[in-house]
Amino acid sequence: MTSLLWLIPIAVSLGLVGLIAFFWSVRSGQYEDPQGNAARILYSEDKPIVDDEDE
Amino acid sequence: MAEIVFDDPGCPSGQSTPQDIARQETGNRLHREDLTPYVQTRANGDSSIDLMISGAHCAGCMAKIERETSALPGVKVARMNLSTMRLNVQWKGKNTTASSIVARLEELGYGAKPFNMELEPLENKNELNGLLKAMAVAGFATVNIMLFSVAVWAGVDMGPNTHTYMHWASAVIALPAVAYAGRPFFRSAWSALKNKTTNMDVPISLAVLLACTLSIYETVHGNPDTYFDAAVMLLFLLLIGRYLDARLRLKTGESAQRLAAMQASTAALISGNGDIVSVQASMIKPGDTLLIAAGERVPVDVEIISGTSEIDASIATGEALPVSSGPGDKLYSGMINLSAPLTAKALSISSDSFLSEISELVEAGEQKKGKFVRIADRAARAYVPVVHTLAALTFIGWLLVGAELRTASLNAIAVLIITCPCALGLAVPAVQIVASGRLFKKGVLIKSGDALERLAKVDTVVFDKTGTLTLGRMQLIGSADISPQDLESAAMLARGSRHPIARAVANAAGNGPMADNIKEIAAKGLSATIECKTVKFGSADFVGVKTTKSSHTESWLRVGKAKPVRFAFKDTPRQGAKDTVHDLLEGGYDVELLTGDKRAMASETAQALGIEKWQAEVSPKDKLARLETLESEGRFTLMIGDGINDAPALASAYASASPAGAADVSRAAADIILQGDKLSGLTTAVSVAKQAQRRVVENLSLAVIYNMIAVPLAIFGFVNPLFAALAMSGSSIIVTLNALRLNR
Repeated sequence: MTSLLWLIPIAVSLGLVGLIAFFWSVRSGQYEDPQGNAARILYSEDKPIVDDEDE
Repeated sequence: MAEIVFDDPGCPSGQSTPQDIARQETGNRLHREDLTPYVQTRANGDSSIDLMISGAHCAGCMAKIERETSALPGVKVARMNLSTMRLNVQWKGKNTTASSIVARLEELGYGAKPFNMELEPLENKNELNGLLKAMAVAGFATVNIMLFSVAVWAGVDMGPNTHTYMHWASAVIALPAVAYAGRPFFRSAWSALKNKTTNMDVPISLAVLLACTLSIYETVHGNPDTYFDAAVMLLFLLLIGRYLDARLRLKTGESAQRLAAMQASTAALISGNGDIVSVQASMIKPGDTLLIAAGERVPVDVEIISGTSEIDASIATGEALPVSSGPGDKLYSGMINLSAPLTAKALSISSDSFLSEISELVEAGEQKKGKFVRIADRAARAYVPVVHTLAALTFIGWLLVGAELRTASLNAIAVLIITCPCALGLAVPAVQIVASGRLFKKGVLIKSGDALERLAKVDTVVFDKTGTLTLGRMQLIGSADISPQDLESAAMLARGSRHPIARAVANAAGNGPMADNIKEIAAKGLSATIECKTVKFGSADFVGVKTTKSSHTESWLRVGKAKPVRFAFKDTPRQGAKDTVHDLLEGGYDVELLTGDKRAMASETAQALGIEKWQAEVSPKDKLARLETLESEGRFTLMIGDGINDAPALASAYASASPAGAADVSRAAADIILQGDKLSGLTTAVSVAKQAQRRVVENLSLAVIYNMIAVPLAIFGFVNPLFAALAMSGSSIIVTLNALRLNR
């Protein structure tokens, strides 16, 4: 059972990584246009939608 | 006269009240106007504008809009949000202007209106994101702690040390999670307690906090049972309900704003040195001098300085026929200037008695509505004292029969956890989300969950006439009695005018030529010379006829010295108005008509639609008084109206609805907004609200049944953490499934 001593913390921190990723996705506005994002994947073109070179 | 072409390709025929036609015309002219007040300059020197797009329905539209806008010279970013129908365009250089972007979009067949970013409900959005994060934290904690709990309950040969280790691990996850995810509940409970009331959040907060405190105590002392899993799961399930509720409010708020933004216009401001500049209507200050061109909507409330014109005042007074206005008269935002340009001074609300009276009445009505207690909170008010008494009795009871302090408090806390209104907190929002989602698809916008609850109790429906039951647009009747030549002569004059009666004649005659040198005399009529004869079309005294009594709106045509011909008109009912009224009467509702219009017009509409109770020439105050009378008779009223004169009645009625083309104050005061030009959404809304209410009651009963089984078990000490967790999630799933039945 001693393996639990380090396995549980590892499992929980992996979960925390997921939680942090979710926070990041909320902050970066990925839940602001669910309909548009669902559709956008169908219309990917050669040119990126946001032009990066000037950013 | 130009044909009106609606630029919404995918929309089932747009609205076409005179207000809308004029709005459409202003919309089409807008791209020739100056849009610079809406353009913002970004830090890197680029220009940026936010536009509200209408007529885009699918991903294809979005792709087309983005592709075509990006193709304009200098455009760097064109990104459309399909959920909020907003397009953000950023560009550099002088080759592209805001106007050319709008013009390009209109070429593609989409309507575009600049959107004022200041109006954005940023707070709601932050609240929603906060709830989403809280939900994620609670979900994360629930899943992880549940794993430990399963291990504790299934691990038969687990030693006491491992046991304690599992509890400590649970505590380490649960405590920060509760501190973070519980904030919305703790805050709301605290403010309720400060105001010496209770709400749903009081027992929730108490149960969560007590469960955590007890569990820490148990963990520290190495005892076998902890309730960390129950505490975080409770928060998780409740946060789902809260999140859905907040999302509903944000979504309807945004839709309501979209409607407002689509109607916002620019105004022609006459500056100190006589230049005319185009500014956003929202930027006009009281005292500014404005130029209102013929055919334009009045952008803000003004007082006429110079000029005389026919005004379509239906939005303020309910009168279907235009009124003649001159210097000193006051015009209200939303009215339409029909015939001649006017110079006017912007008014502030306080300087105008009509508007300040309206806003006071609206405020009073809203305060009354603010006192409405949602069914969930009403349930909580009855529920909280009972639960807390039960918990206290359990504690005392166990001590009396000689149990230890620990056992007594353990059982008392179990009662609190098991009775925590988890099902209540989820049951009501789940039903309301499903119901309003269903109505949203049908073009009915429900502003809040309590609007739905109020709507379900309605038994009396009160309609306004012009703009609600009728379109305020005249229609020629008895055209068979008029010879084609006479109709054509009248139409040759009428095609050059915006007066509703002239439009009705032009519509009846169809396309054709227009007479030269038409003279329009305000409040009298039109005259011109056709084939060397003077042709006059207008009021009885204008053409030289002795006034006759008539129930209809009428106009006369006289060609040269020939006998005058009578044209009679009636107001056009809104599509589906008759069916709606019929369905409501069938359904056992009382239907009434209250209008500011003349008696003759009101009785005609009432008869045509089969409404028996009606009152004409009522002032905003009279409408309010009638609603109050109905209320004192114990009726639950639903008021439907669109004008400024309806706003106080809308705010004070038990429930209220307004069509999308309504005045801003009315739309703001109404609980429901009917999109599209049909009234049929109303009957659907009422019946869905009733169904929803039935589901809510069912869900509450389920919660009661669950409590009747679980509470005795908790009181007598049979509830362990496993049972608490199962009962809680089980009841939540049952009420959610019951809510989803509404979708069928």
